[in-house]
Amino acid sequence: MSVFYLVAFLAIFFALMTIFTKNPVHSVLYLVITFFTLTVHYILLNAQFLAVVNFIVYMGAIIVLFLFVMMLLNLNEEAEPVKSNLVKIMGAIAGMCLLATLLGAFRVIEPSNEMVAAHADIGLVENLGKVLFNEFLLPFEISSILLLAAMIGAVLLAKKDVKKA
Amino acid sequence: MEGAFILEKLILVVIVFTVSLVIAMYSTLAERKIAGFMQDRHGPHRAGPFGLLQPLCDGGKFFFKEEIIPAGAHKGLFILGPTLAIITACISSAVIPWGQTLEIAGREVSLQVADINVGILYIFGVVALGVYGIMLGGWASNNKFSLMGAIRAASQSISYEIAMGLSIIALLMVTGTLSMGEIVAQQSGFVNWNIWVQPIGFLVFITCAFAECNRVPFDLPECETELVGGYHTEYSSMKLGLYMFSEYINMFVSSALMAALYFGGYNFPFMYDLGLSQNWITIIGVLVFFFKIFGFIFFFMWIRWTLPRFRYDQLMNLGWKMLIPLAIANIVLTAVVTIIKDMYF
Repeated sequence: MSVFYLVAFLAIFFALMTIFTKNPVHSVLYLVITFFTLTVHYILLNAQFLAVVNFIVYMGAIIVLFLFVMMLLNLNEEAEPVKSNLVKIMGAIAGMCLLATLLGAFRVIEPSNEMVAAHADIGLVENLGKVLFNEFLLPFEISSILLLAAMIGAVLLAKKDVKKA
Repeated sequence: MEGAFILEKLILVVIVFTVSLVIAMYSTLAERKIAGFMQDRHGPHRAGPFGLLQPLCDGGKFFFKEEIIPAGAHKGLFILGPTLAIITACISSAVIPWGQTLEIAGREVSLQVADINVGILYIFGVVALGVYGIMLGGWASNNKFSLMGAIRAASQSISYEIAMGLSIIALLMVTGTLSMGEIVAQQSGFVNWNIWVQPIGFLVFITCAFAECNRVPFDLPECETELVGGYHTEYSSMKLGLYMFSEYINMFVSSALMAALYFGGYNFPFMYDLGLSQNWITIIGVLVFFFKIFGFIFFFMWIRWTLPRFRYDQLMNLGWKMLIPLAIANIVLTAVVTIIKDMYF
């Protein structure tokens, strides 16, 4: 349990550092560390597959792309665009809505639920695969269609520029 | 956990670590010797017999060179870059099974540091992490050539990781497990090697391995005719040494990975027919495994002194328009063959 509290503290600490750092590249790096602490959380829950996928997809691919864009644009403290107050207020409201939703969702979760307690090994690849492709096949396929649609959209957006030029 | 278990793992970790460092060290010599052989000259031969002390001299020289951190550089990240590069290179070998079990004083000692459930994915994660070292170093140098090198490295690594992942998926459909230990154990003997069922997958994988290691013909991140030195232009002393070292360790680990995934790892033909005891099979298996690894390292070097470097758009075309469709076709083919086999045989 003490490991959990240490990792949770680190996760929150680095998440805050992500927000409060002025330098965008540092901010991205703190985000990487935050994702790493989340990976440790998954390992503590014995969810090996989720841990490794989080590691590969978020730390290894998405954040590298973030860093890529940061470096290409070479943003720094002076060049940082200042958002108008309206955008800031809207951002704050949207964030609060998300927080309220999450708090509401967490209130109904019962950690001592029999389903959760009986499946301690659910996070291993074999069990996870069986559950995903038997019990949750439809949601799984729908989310993959969503990803496919997003991918096609991204390709279309990228193509538009070529035609103009 | 019992003390003996921790002790045996600790010893194994130290051995693996030392061996990878020594092999990386002597890879530098081997590279220059092979280059010499291919270009009809001697290569280094002054330090010690056959130049065997050359890596030690090079290492010593790296340590005693002046260390320069440019005035405009980002000091913290500038140091973090090579550190990350070498750390990620060293930790990726943790899941590779070096051999079967040895029986020492009645205890079965497995020659694999960690047989985790998601072994292959772990290696992928660490490889994906490796690009941070290059990117941070390149950006922190505050030099446009370094930055260009870093950006090239990042986009190259992301592009080829996709094809690599897809080629592995086809392999996993054959093996049915993600654990490195089991994948190698399945390939006992000679006819069970995965290369016989996944030749296309192997071709894609080895091409991507070259790209991920930043080796010629894909060494665009450090293309010296265009970018001075690429991401390590501003580095000097041991920091440069660490970058080069991590490249050689990566080469060693990816050779080990290819040998383990496709060429049977520690398995050799007729291993159970010779009437040897378990310990002997294991010891010969480890030697065979290293023989295969050295074969791949030689192949890496052979290619380096044979093929010229790609142009950057050719590199991207190859990755996205050739390797990825090929890997996907391989997945479909594997699936069809598997289903037909299940139905009719």
